Amino acid sequence: MRVMINQIEHQLPQGAKLENALAAIQAQAPFAVAINLQFIPKSLYGQCTLAENDQIEVISPVTGG
Amino acid sequence: MNTNTLNEQQALRKDDLVLYGEHFSSRLLLGTSRYPSPQILEEAVLASKPAMITVSLRRQGATGQSENTFWDLLKKMSVPVLPNTAGCHSPQEVITTAQMAREVFETHWIKLELIGDDYTLQPDTLRLVDTAKILINDGFKVLPYCTEDLILCQRLVDVGCQAVMPWAAPIGTGQGPLNPFAMKLLRERLQVPLLVDAGLGLPSHACAVMEWGFDGVLLNTAVALADHPIAMAKAFALATQAGRAAYLSGAMPAQESAQASTPLVGTPFWHQS
Repeated sequence: MRVMINQIEHQLPQGAKLENALAAIQAQAPFAVAINLQFIPKSLYGQCTLAENDQIEVISPVTGG
Repeated sequence: MNTNTLNEQQALRKDDLVLYGEHFSSRLLLGTSRYPSPQILEEAVLASKPAMITVSLRRQGATGQSENTFWDLLKKMSVPVLPNTAGCHSPQEVITTAQMAREVFETHWIKLELIGDDYTLQPDTLRLVDTAKILINDGFKVLPYCTEDLILCQRLVDVGCQAVMPWAAPIGTGQGPLNPFAMKLLRERLQVPLLVDAGLGLPSHACAVMEWGFDGVLLNTAVALADHPIAMAKAFALATQAGRAAYLSGAMPAQESAQASTPLVGTPFWHQS
């Protein structure tokens, strides 16, 4: 199935979990995740099943004003 | 040492900035963006000793910054962080970003930015209050970036914001306070801490707003883009302190006509005409 991770298309197997998506981009801690504009707590990464066309945001700390 | 001097010293020592019940000895909040290098950022923070430093969240790998380098620097500086929701254009984006920031930075502080226009970067005032209310109800300590509009600021306070942060001028412009009348009116009418956020360019701007009675200032570009950011950071820290001291000291009122400061009695060469 097709998912978007940080606006880049990825193909993942049906039934893939969020942790699979994070592994696909080799996400480096620290980061936080949202799917379809909803925050996903870290504790749920292994339980969160992805769906076709899910929009996943993986964001990390940067400088800010 | 007389009693008056002792009381003044005691009063100044107790003059912490208090936000949501937390005490801060500095009234300067400093942004971390646009510095020439991480080292200069670190030294600017050391030089100015801000109460908090603002940080943000972006897609991993997108900015070209080394996230690990910045993360290590944050831990090293050990200054309280204030995550922002910069770049958010909808209430849902703000809420989700705030929740992500809370998890990553392990803090309930959030600088609420809900942007209404990409050119002026002015806040979306029509949706700001409801968004603030949602965050307040979710347990955040919200510092909302807003305009100098009295009604807007009052409504933010009404929904639970224990401080508000009106702009002096658009973000990054360095113009200084564009609407002193409205800003002074905020101080007259609101009892919560007021911090000027955005648009300051010179230490004298920071000093001026502190003299008006504002409780703190938040700035970034004015330091980061100075020729010598570390020295400028120090200058802003001193100016903020000076303005606060002036406010507490009770400045003389401005007068229309001149009044000699040297006694007139005994002026030599004077005679009745």
